[in-house]
Amino acid sequence: MRGIPPNRRAVVIAGLRTPFARSGTVYRDVTAAQLARHAARELLYRTELPGNEVDQVMVGQVVPSPLIPNVAREVSLLPQLPKTIPAYTLNRACASGAQAIVNAADQIMFGHAEVVLAGGVESLSDVPILHSKRFAQTLMAASRARTLSERLALFAKVRPRDLVPVAPAIAEPSTGESMGQSAERMAKENGVTREAQDQLALVSHQRAAAATEDGRLRAEIAPWFGGHDLADVTTTDNGIRQDTSLDALGKLKPVFDRRYGTVTAGNSSPLTDGAAMTLVMSAEKAYSLGYRPLAAVRSHAVAAVDPGWQLLSGPAWAVPQALDRAGITWKDLGLVEIHEAFAAQVLSNVQAWSSREWAARVGRPEPVGEVDWERTNVLGGSIAIGHPFGATGARIVTTLANEMVRRDVQFGLVSICAQGGMGFAMVLERV
Amino acid sequence: MSAFHVTFEQGIALLVFDLPGEPVNKLSPAAVADFERLFFGQLAQDPLIQAVVLLSGKPDNFIAGADIDQFLLIADAEAGTAMSRAGQDLINRVEAYPKPVVAAIHGACLGAGLELALACSWRIATDHPKTQLGLPEVQIGILPGAGGCQRLPRTIGLRAALDIILAGKSERAQKAFRLGLVDELVHPAILKEAAIAAALRLASGQAPQRAPKAGLGGLLLDRNPIGRRLVYRQARATVLKKTGGNYPAPLEAIEAVKAGLEHGMETGLRVEREGFGRLAVSDVARQLIGIFFATTALKKDDGVPPGTPARKFRRLGIVGAGFMGAGIAGTAVTQAEVEARLKDTDLARVAKGLGNARKILDGRLKRKRVTRYQYERLSALLSGTEDWSGFGRTGLVIEAVFEDLGLKQEVMADLEAAVPADTIIATNTSTIPIAQIGARMRHPERFLGMHFFSPVDRMPLLEVIPGPVTAPTAIATAVQFGRKMGKTVIVVRDSPGFWVNRILLPYMAEAGRLIEEGIPIDVIDRVMTRYGFPVGPATLLDEVGLDVAAKAGAVMHAAFGDRLAPSPLIPKLLADGRMGRKNGRGLFRYQEGKKAGVDESVYAALGVTPRSEVDEVDVRDRLSCLMLNEAAMALAEGVVRSPRDGDIGAVFGIGFPPFRGGPLRAIDALGPAMLVQRLESLTLAHGDRFTPCAALVDHARAGQPYYSR
Repeated sequence: MRGIPPNRRAVVIAGLRTPFARSGTVYRDVTAAQLARHAARELLYRTELPGNEVDQVMVGQVVPSPLIPNVAREVSLLPQLPKTIPAYTLNRACASGAQAIVNAADQIMFGHAEVVLAGGVESLSDVPILHSKRFAQTLMAASRARTLSERLALFAKVRPRDLVPVAPAIAEPSTGESMGQSAERMAKENGVTREAQDQLALVSHQRAAAATEDGRLRAEIAPWFGGHDLADVTTTDNGIRQDTSLDALGKLKPVFDRRYGTVTAGNSSPLTDGAAMTLVMSAEKAYSLGYRPLAAVRSHAVAAVDPGWQLLSGPAWAVPQALDRAGITWKDLGLVEIHEAFAAQVLSNVQAWSSREWAARVGRPEPVGEVDWERTNVLGGSIAIGHPFGATGARIVTTLANEMVRRDVQFGLVSICAQGGMGFAMVLERV
Repeated sequence: MSAFHVTFEQGIALLVFDLPGEPVNKLSPAAVADFERLFFGQLAQDPLIQAVVLLSGKPDNFIAGADIDQFLLIADAEAGTAMSRAGQDLINRVEAYPKPVVAAIHGACLGAGLELALACSWRIATDHPKTQLGLPEVQIGILPGAGGCQRLPRTIGLRAALDIILAGKSERAQKAFRLGLVDELVHPAILKEAAIAAALRLASGQAPQRAPKAGLGGLLLDRNPIGRRLVYRQARATVLKKTGGNYPAPLEAIEAVKAGLEHGMETGLRVEREGFGRLAVSDVARQLIGIFFATTALKKDDGVPPGTPARKFRRLGIVGAGFMGAGIAGTAVTQAEVEARLKDTDLARVAKGLGNARKILDGRLKRKRVTRYQYERLSALLSGTEDWSGFGRTGLVIEAVFEDLGLKQEVMADLEAAVPADTIIATNTSTIPIAQIGARMRHPERFLGMHFFSPVDRMPLLEVIPGPVTAPTAIATAVQFGRKMGKTVIVVRDSPGFWVNRILLPYMAEAGRLIEEGIPIDVIDRVMTRYGFPVGPATLLDEVGLDVAAKAGAVMHAAFGDRLAPSPLIPKLLADGRMGRKNGRGLFRYQEGKKAGVDESVYAALGVTPRSEVDEVDVRDRLSCLMLNEAAMALAEGVVRSPRDGDIGAVFGIGFPPFRGGPLRAIDALGPAMLVQRLESLTLAHGDRFTPCAALVDHARAGQPYYSR
């Protein structure tokens, strides 16, 4: 950030992730901890970083397993690292992976750390399935019961409906509205058409497929060896459909409003498992260890709106704030990465940055800027690649930083909408 | 300086065993004298002392056993019996001690150490992986001769006792507690306090003896004479099947146990000590003790001048994810607990290698040698790659690609570009000269050979082969790392076949000739297993793989000429589509991966008719004498540094009968002149390949054995 001495600037050295896979597929029998450890370990190997250089580990995760509440500590307990590296898991909803990176940057700028492993993970194949309240109470009481007859008496009261498990829903606790319903509402309120959404989804798939084919995405992926005898090798994301078409996308039924709706499974990001980790250092440390940084963290900002209103419009506030903090304007951006939770949300955000009406709503004299699709989500986005909540932010930062190097771009922007009405933005700068 | 000292707490004497100048406690004569003076003197007489706690002053060791050096001093069976009797008397006196005695056990409690503990009133052990209790005597050809054959079955039951005694096994603390071998299990930090508490309880008469649980099997077998007879018979049959009758110690041990349980302690002790006396002076025990000392000495011998620094490292690189590479990776992870990074040219191969490596870990988990948590940590040490990532910080890289000189040289070039200049590089080869593989390297001083045997996790030997300019540090590093992988390591000269294959291949080729002469395959194997090999040469051919044998045979032929010409059998078998176990077609049939008898169609494929009349002595001599002759020659050429290394290499590398001590010990036992004579008659009968080598002839003429004792 501005005013930070150059040697204390936090720089991203490299990032690496597991292949992203639709939940219940490749990682059906894998824990989130295993995913995060795999990404972190391979990142250490690829960067040839000695384990004892790592000062802290920060990992974003949105739905932790109750068995491993602090997945970051499991990462820092990799045998490649000393057992003495403190670690914490954080939750900034869908921005968690990016939040871990800016937290790392903050620690580095403060001088509290030189080298941080930061990233995120999500396994929706590894989520806790809960018992009903009544059954849970029965189990608790039974564990305290002293005799068999007491226990039997307790279980005698259990009714079949009590046994129906409760899966955690992706709904706002404050409003009960699911994220898809919010996206559907935003599409209507902002006049985003079905065609525009499908078009965006199509481009997302086409670009992701091309970037996989030409190796740019593969380079960010550590192959996964799965299955009982490790013989199942996965090297790419399994949600990308290179053969999809507007026609095929157009045939899908809207999910949240069957009659008048426009949000479909095709123009939304799928439930995904995966992990992404990055290596963040002070510029000083990076150079002393002989690394060439990809990019520096120039600024970041988080905003929040009323979840009952346009839930996924947080970026409308966060992005201009991050640009202000970076001391640059939209025109300075050479590349932009927008997290694609829903095409409807992306297009709403894009509209928000470019329209005068939204500028007034956000309290700015001028619109933030006009999106140039040739410089936005150039390797595809979450609709195609997938969206493991905790991991996406680290995935996006890695892709952006690498592409900034390839295109020799000075500034890049990350924009992520998040549950709870939050928006996250971050500016990267080439160094 | 006394090996024992005493402190007092709350009226309890803490008798601490700390043998001066040794890393572990051994019941040497001097130590026993110190013990007797204190224990039966002051501690017994002082009325203020209510009880005695026996502790060790060594970290992670209680008592490792008797002093094995003493066994070698035994002149005849009577002297052996007398030594055993002295031990029995001592332990009997401990058992009859007027005050309670508590054994507080942390670390290894083996042999005489356990026999002593068994005579104590209470055994309390730490719940720690280093705490192991066992009677390993039969492994060196003797039996537990200080009452162990009597007290162990009385403590834990007949079947459990035989299980330990006959295999020379050690049990971890948890299992020992379950068996009733120890009375209490505690955390190491409170061992002393818990032992004092137990001693106080015993002194006040409060602590009841833990009654061993009988169970159904106990009532049916251990606790009635008819059941026990069944157990003895079964045990005998199992032992004979396992040892081929070549190892008398387990059989004597069964007799000692039986005499004690059926005819009382007195008789039992008599049979036990007489058995001990006979065994102690037997050739088998001498040879097994020799092997024990040789392996112990090898553990301190890096093959370089003492004090040569070895490199310590946490990351091992492996190039080539085939069966060998995977075996090395899995073994390195489980035994040495280093990171193992497995590289191959494509991910499918890497995946297969990782899978095979992890099977080794899975096996350890299944056998409960590691906990689920340790397993997870070990699994994370294992990784794979198709590029050179992670190799930048390797301390040692082992190349294990296909046996092809050009390919290996290419790998060396890539490898040198990928690793720092001080990373030590080893090639795993069984046939290609190290000098050739390293010929084009920029830094050949960090390069050497490490010849592992397949399957890596189970085969105990490693040959380390320095190249022409290998630095001593590189040798020391490879040797010490091999040892960390649990291997017995010998340093051998860079000569075709190194040591093990040099003496093995002529033997295998001769087996091939025998088959072609119509000697039935199963007869050949039977003759050699009776000689003492764990498997016969035909089985070994199938296990090694006929393609591999062909390749190795060609190398030996090229290097040593017609003397080591391979048998024409192998190309014929290969032409018939037989590669051995790996493709389920060889000299034997394989059903669902299991060997199922000789494949009779082999004879037709080779155009021979199996003979019904076989001179088995001739078969045995042709195979064994050829190997001994080659061993004498290779030793004289300096392929191994000493008879010791050669014998250990043969025993651990090819399963040369341990009770024969190794090929060079076998020459000593037979007499070199006798061997020369036999070889000469074999030459007349079967051809020049049996010509006794000059080294052997000279050796016979000099009349000096390879070993002085």
